[in-house]
Amino acid sequence: MGKHTVHFVDTGESLACSDTDNLLRSMEKLGRKGIPVGCRNGGCGVCKVQVLGGSCERRVMSRAHVGIDEEAQGYALACRIIPTSDLSVKVIGKMGRAFASVHTNPSTGE
Amino acid sequence: MGMTGVLRPGHAAIRVLDMKEATHFYGEVLGLIEVGRDSYGRVYYRAWDERDHHSIVLREADSAGIDFFGFKVDSVATLDRLEAETQAYGLKTSRVPAGDLLQTGERVRVEIVSGHTIELYAEKGKANSPQMVDNPPPWNSESERGIAPIRLDHALLYGPDIEKVQDYFVKVLGFYLTEQILMEDGKTQLAIWLACSNKAHDIAFVRHHEPNKLHHVSFLLDTWEKVLRAADIMSMNKISIDMGPTRHGVTRGTTIYAFDPSGNRFETFSGGYQTYPDWDPLTWTWDEVGAAVYYHDRALNPAFLEVVT
Ligand code: FES
Ligand SMILES: [Fe+2]
Repeated sequence: MGKHTVHFVDTGESLACSDTDNLLRSMEKLGRKGIPVGCRNGGCGVCKVQVLGGSCERRVMSRAHVGIDEEAQGYALACRIIPTSDLSVKVIGKMGRAFASVHTNPSTGE
Repeated sequence: MGMTGVLRPGHAAIRVLDMKEATHFYGEVLGLIEVGRDSYGRVYYRAWDERDHHSIVLREADSAGIDFFGFKVDSVATLDRLEAETQAYGLKTSRVPAGDLLQTGERVRVEIVSGHTIELYAEKGKANSPQMVDNPPPWNSESERGIAPIRLDHALLYGPDIEKVQDYFVKVLGFYLTEQILMEDGKTQLAIWLACSNKAHDIAFVRHHEPNKLHHVSFLLDTWEKVLRAADIMSMNKISIDMGPTRHGVTRGTTIYAFDPSGNRFETFSGGYQTYPDWDPLTWTWDEVGAAVYYHDRALNPAFLEVVT
């Protein structure tokens, strides 16, 4: 089992990730909280990232969260990509929106 | 007759990203019984103690989530009446021909304001095998295989305008409100639980900005012991667990939330109380919202409100 270094551009943090686990799983195993954790299975979209550099293996993930155009720009769900080289990654998925919207306007979520 | 009109949840049609992974999970880990496949490639399951042909329908798609949630009604006459009353109420309906779902009669589809598709149907083939109806044993090999829930029990759906959803379910479909969580203003409902039977809920809704979202489809187990066994089976199979085993304040159910291999949340639970149509709804206030959902943690995890498919 090899390791690849994943660099998070937002925080400047680096993580040594296994080349057999998906990116989200590696992060969880190390007890890190950099990427929001949801379903862990490519369906909910909360772990969305953009891969800015490096290569990874991509497993099937929901098109509702990563469109074809986005895929070409490196967008991916962290629970569905396995690093095959060192990566540079930007975190897109946010938690906290729904909760905030419940607070502000119940009927429209705005 | 004790129960008329809408009888119970009858089917949930779930989208999966990879059918092979999905059938392994639903068939072997959850331990449902595969009962058929149709020409669209949809795969059908029932729980071991269910008496109708199927309750879960899987469809491979490029996104996860729920296509529709169906209720069985007591007769074709009721189906026709509820269709007419739904139209008179002002909601759009459509008919799906008999046989579109295996062994299922004509279905009436309703688009409710939360964006979900609710179905009503009167006829579905029976799964009664002689060993289930003549001198039936209390359990059998299917009841011990995998998690092996007793039945599909309810769904929790996320979408806007849940007070209008409640109005339709109560006024037209004959449901009643069993519990609610109110928001900070003490008036607006964050969540509602509705029953058509004498359960604590047959369907529930949480207010959410995006329409037509699935929070979970839920399966009933006999006992708290079986809930622990379900958690063991999930971990043995590296199933992604969201929360639990724990207890809900709402409904008092003992529960686990976890995710299928496509990220659709499911619940395995036991317990809850019985209700009657003269039930006065139980209310949870905003300052106790954490305990309402997770009675022991007394706090919501962010995933409860935000992780949906
Ligand atoms: S955690 Fe749900 S898509 Fe990755
Ligand atoms: Fe539930």
